[in-house]
Amino acid sequence: MAAPERRGGELRRGAPGLLTRVRGYFRLHAQNLLGSLGRLARQPLASLLTVAVIGIAMALPAGLDVLVNNARALSAGWASAVDFSVYLEPGQPLARAETLAAEARGQADIVAVEVISAEEALAQLSRFTGMQAALEALDDNPLPHTLVVRPRPGLSAEAVSRLADGFESLEGIDLVQLDTAWVERFLAIVDIARRASGITLLLLGFAVVVIVGNTIRLDIENRRSEIEVMKLIGGSDGFIRRPFLYGGLWYGVIGGLLAVVFNASALLALAGPVQRLAGLYNADFALQGPGLTGLGVLVGGGALLGWLGAWVATSRHLRDIEPT
Amino acid sequence: MIRFEAVGKRYPGGGEALATLDLDIAAGEFVFLTGPSGAGKSTLLKLVALIERPSRGQVIVNGQNTRKVARRRIPQFRRGLGMVFQDHKLLADRSVFENVALPLLIAGYAERDINRRVRAALDLVGLADKAPRLPLTLSTGEQQRVGIARAVVSKPPLLIADEPTGNLDPALSLEIMRLFERFNELGVTLLIATHDIDLVTQLGHRRVELVSGQLVGDTGLGHGRA
Repeated sequence: MAAPERRGGELRRGAPGLLTRVRGYFRLHAQNLLGSLGRLARQPLASLLTVAVIGIAMALPAGLDVLVNNARALSAGWASAVDFSVYLEPGQPLARAETLAAEARGQADIVAVEVISAEEALAQLSRFTGMQAALEALDDNPLPHTLVVRPRPGLSAEAVSRLADGFESLEGIDLVQLDTAWVERFLAIVDIARRASGITLLLLGFAVVVIVGNTIRLDIENRRSEIEVMKLIGGSDGFIRRPFLYGGLWYGVIGGLLAVVFNASALLALAGPVQRLAGLYNADFALQGPGLTGLGVLVGGGALLGWLGAWVATSRHLRDIEPT
Repeated sequence: MIRFEAVGKRYPGGGEALATLDLDIAAGEFVFLTGPSGAGKSTLLKLVALIERPSRGQVIVNGQNTRKVARRRIPQFRRGLGMVFQDHKLLADRSVFENVALPLLIAGYAERDINRRVRAALDLVGLADKAPRLPLTLSTGEQQRVGIARAVVSKPPLLIADEPTGNLDPALSLEIMRLFERFNELGVTLLIATHDIDLVTQLGHRRVELVSGQLVGDTGLGHGRA
C-alpha cells in the first residue's frame, strides 16, 4: 500500500477527486438508505411496534378526512335534490304563473317547472287531508297559484339558494320556500368535523415527530460507542447523521403505508353497512376511499414527519457525543 | 510534524495534566512516549488528535495550529492522522473489511479504490484472509492489527497510538512494534504511548518521558532513526 511515492509526501496525496467524491456521496446515500432499512429489520419487534404506533397516529386523521369528504359528497347530492316552491301573490292570474314557468324553463340551472293552479292545489289538499267538509265551507279558494321548481342536479347549495332568491325578487311573487335549512345544518356539522380532523392531523403529526424522535434518540444512545469511533476516524457530522435520518425516513414511510392498510381495512368494514343504509334511502351511494392521492399524501407525509423527527433527535443528541 | 509550544492542560475540576510542555517531533521520526500512569501521555495524544484542546500554549500538527481548527473542521483534521487504540475501537457489527474501509468511505473514495486499498492494508498486517470475519471472532492481537490497518488505510503521514500493545503478550507486542517500524520506513511519523519499557529499550527509538505532566527525559531529536 504505502508506495514509495508517498515518502515525505503531502497530506492529501492520493485523496479522491471531486467527481469521485460526488459519486461516492450518492453511493453513500444509497447504502445508508438500504443499510438503515436493514437495521430496522434486525430488530423486527421493536421496529414493528414503533411503525404500528406511527401507522395508527396517521390513520386516525386520514380516516376522519375520508369520512368528512364522504359526508360532504353525500350532502352535496342532497342540497341539489331539493325542489323549491314559488307562491304567487293571491289574485295573480294563472296566466302570470304560466309566463313565469315558461321563463324559468329557459334557465340552464333549472330542469323542470311544474305549475300547480290554485284549483288543483285545493283539490289535492282536500283529497289528502280529509278536510273536504271544512274546505267546502269556504266562500272562495284561499290558495295561490304555485310553481314547483327543480334545480339541475349537482348544483351547490349556495347556487340553489341564489336561484330561489332570484324568484323572490320577481313581480307578483309572494313567497319562495326552500327547505334546505336542515342540509345547511348538516353541512355546518360536517364543517366542524372537518376542522376537528385538521386539529387531529396537527396533534398526531406532532406525535409522529415525537415518536420517531424518541426512537432515534434511543438508537443514538445504543450506538454511542460506534458514533465515538466514527468521530475519531474523521467522520463528519453529516456522515454520522445520515443513517439516523434515513432510519427516521423509513419509520415514517412504513408507518404511512401501514396507515393506508388500516384505512383500507376500515373502509372495507364500513362499506357493507353504508351500502345497506343507502339502500334504505333508495340512494345510490358508496364510500369513496382516499384514492392514490391520499396514499401518496400518507406515505409522503410519513416520510417528511419521520425525517423531521430524526432531524430533531440528531440535532439535539449527536453533538453531545464526543470521544474522550 | 508535531510541535508543542509551552502547552499546559488543566481539566475542569481536576489537576494539571500537562504543565508547560515543549516538544518537537520531525516528520519521519519514530517516538515513544513513556511514563507512569497519570503522567499525561494520553492527554498529550488527545491534544494531537484534537480530542482535547490545550488550556495554554499551542499545538501544531502537520503545519496546522490546532487552536485555529474550528469544531466543524475537526473531522477533516482527523483524517490527516491515523489513530490506534489500546481497545482497538472496532465496530463489532461490521466485518474486518468494512471496519478497515470506513475511513475511505468517510473520505469519499471510489468503490474499486476502497477495495484495492483495504486489501493492501490487510495484506500489510497479515490479515488478508480474515476480511469477511467479524472482529470479535479474531484474537486480540489480530483485532489490534485490524485497528492498525484501519489507521493506515488512508495513508496518513502521522500515526499516533495509545498503549497499542497494552493487552498483548511480549511476542505479539514485538510483532506489532515491528509493523509500526515498517510504516516508519515508508515515511510515516509515529508517536506511540506505552509503558512497556523493556520493549522501548529493545527497539531503541527516540524516547520522550513524562512524569506528572512534566517532560523529564528526551533522548533527543532524531535519536535512533532508521
